[in-house]
Amino acid sequence: MLPDQLVFAMEVTLNGLMAGVMYALVALGFVLIFKASGIFNYAQGVLALFAALTLVGLQNGQIPFAHVINAAFGTNLHHFGWTLPAVVAIALTALVMVGVAWLIERLVLKHLINQEPIILFMATIGLAYFLEGLGDVMWGADIKTLDVGLPQGISETVETVTANWLGYGFFIDKLDIVAALVAAALVAALTLFSQYTKYGRALRAVADDHQAALSVGISLRFVWVLVWSIAGFVALIAGIMWGAKSGVQFSLSLIALKALPVLMLGGFTSIPGAIVGGLIIGMGEKLFEFFAGPLIGGATENWFAYVLALLFLVFRPQGLFGERIIERV
Amino acid sequence: MLYREAGEFKTSYAQDSQTFPIWWDRLWYQVALVVGFAILPFVINDYWANAVVVPFLIYAIAAIGLNILTGFCGQVSLGTGGFMAVGAYAVYKLMTAFPEVSVVIHVILAGGITAAVGVLFGLPSLRIKGFYLAVATLAAQFFLVWLFNKVPWFYNYSASGQITAPERTVLGIAVTGANTPAWAKYLICAVFLFVLAWIARNLTRGTIGRKWMAIRDMDIAAEIIGVNPLTTKLSAFAVSSFFIGIAGALFFAVYLGAAEVGEAFGIQKSFLILFMIIIGGLGSIFGSFAGAAFLVLLPVFLKNVLVGALGWPSDLAAHIELMIVGGLIIAFLIVEPHGLAQLWRVLKEKLRLWPFPH
Repeated sequence: MLPDQLVFAMEVTLNGLMAGVMYALVALGFVLIFKASGIFNYAQGVLALFAALTLVGLQNGQIPFAHVINAAFGTNLHHFGWTLPAVVAIALTALVMVGVAWLIERLVLKHLINQEPIILFMATIGLAYFLEGLGDVMWGADIKTLDVGLPQGISETVETVTANWLGYGFFIDKLDIVAALVAAALVAALTLFSQYTKYGRALRAVADDHQAALSVGISLRFVWVLVWSIAGFVALIAGIMWGAKSGVQFSLSLIALKALPVLMLGGFTSIPGAIVGGLIIGMGEKLFEFFAGPLIGGATENWFAYVLALLFLVFRPQGLFGERIIERV
Repeated sequence: MLYREAGEFKTSYAQDSQTFPIWWDRLWYQVALVVGFAILPFVINDYWANAVVVPFLIYAIAAIGLNILTGFCGQVSLGTGGFMAVGAYAVYKLMTAFPEVSVVIHVILAGGITAAVGVLFGLPSLRIKGFYLAVATLAAQFFLVWLFNKVPWFYNYSASGQITAPERTVLGIAVTGANTPAWAKYLICAVFLFVLAWIARNLTRGTIGRKWMAIRDMDIAAEIIGVNPLTTKLSAFAVSSFFIGIAGALFFAVYLGAAEVGEAFGIQKSFLILFMIIIGGLGSIFGSFAGAAFLVLLPVFLKNVLVGALGWPSDLAAHIELMIVGGLIIAFLIVEPHGLAQLWRVLKEKLRLWPFPH
């Protein structure tokens, strides 16, 4: 039998790894967009929130903009009166996200080509505000529960198995296990897509060099719509996971902020980096909270990730797996 | 025919290098001073002071501070809310620890303490740039808010975890606490804003401001011509945090009276002030004023129109406000990346020729 403290620490580590998978899911979307367009997309978290809101709204047959229509015309609309099956709702939401991606390219990015990265970054902050307001205006700001049939609760299998091995049953959320599997599948699918399909190759070409890609006839604007659509799809998946875990609410977009230190750690241009960074951050903050939290007042999860990333940046600015940053005059 | 240089004959170096070289600009400046200090204090009422004017003055100070760092020195910071919290808690600790010292000195000292914290969190800027730095400053934001929440010493072990400003007077008139008259709130913020804006304007015109701008425009080239990046970046962080700290101190002591750190100085505040300088104009003192005025007036205006005139629920108005602010940010970045200040510059150019086409 192992000492109690060690067993607890192991459980905390496992839970941290699972939380890290969730961060990594959001971080994946960032990396995709950053690689293909050099844009640091602050709005990724809000995209996840928007996707989750849309999914819940479609599933429950809510009428979009009901709140505004009621306020303006004095009507009392709220629901169409149907509920869609989860699969249909997810497919429709994915379509909506493609539409959003197309609109973002048409209305925002097209006009900001050749601007400095920091201008684009600030534009995505504006985009985040806009989407957040839009999501609330469309579907209402109340906390919603998202139920697409994912398993909930503590996994008994893990509990029994670990109880037999270690004499102490680990508490692992079933949903976290599903999230880990989905993340793995997503990474595999993205890798296959970018390695073996025509559009995947175009994507990689653009990520490598915009001008060279243009000169061999790849449409930059199409690739951008494509990559924002994929990022929207990844956001949808992240939104489903987070929404099923803690309800669809505004704090979702704040949790997504955690993806930023994940990227700092993993490197902005690396998909495996996003996963590894997510795992390190998730594990690190849970372990820090477990060991140091009681000594200094708890709730260290709010800042630990950022401070870790800050310290890390000072020593290795490109992250663990990022391409080396070379400055030329 | 307006804003013309013709007829301005400069006969001394002082005249040649004055802040407002054109008569019309000087006129506006003097009119603003007269209105601000001789008329407004006598006519201001509680509603206008609390809803519009005092927040505008305080946000203008914070916006000037952030503009020094982001607009003039090119270091994007998302930690403004955290630094404002440092100013607020510093002034609170000083006010309660040394009640006999004037509150004006406390506010200035709070600015100094914030400057020191700002330099500390500015150190990574020597290694990292751009949005990497922006994310690094998020560390300051979250860590500082957590610190003020968790360490009871900062809020004097009060049961609610809030800080409440005790009553303090300047020249016998209360400027903090519940009994403060509206004009006193207004006047103390206006004096601080005037002095700080004057300092900022002159700093950015001089050697140090040129160094900041050299680093902003191209840091490697600046280094090669002999600008020391260490002192330049850190001085920008220090001056900027000094301004933001004073804004935080005034925001808590004069405007709010009582504050809870997560609510008053959360990440939303950082973004609000960043938006002020984007809309107002990066790298422009006038732009800081314009942006602060715009983003203070916009919610008041929307609230009056949507809630007051149309009778819509207030939460809906708040969401529509989010959409409008976000949309405006994007629109400004696309159409006029230099903000309201640039629009004003263009207008002046037009007025110079008006009514002739050339």
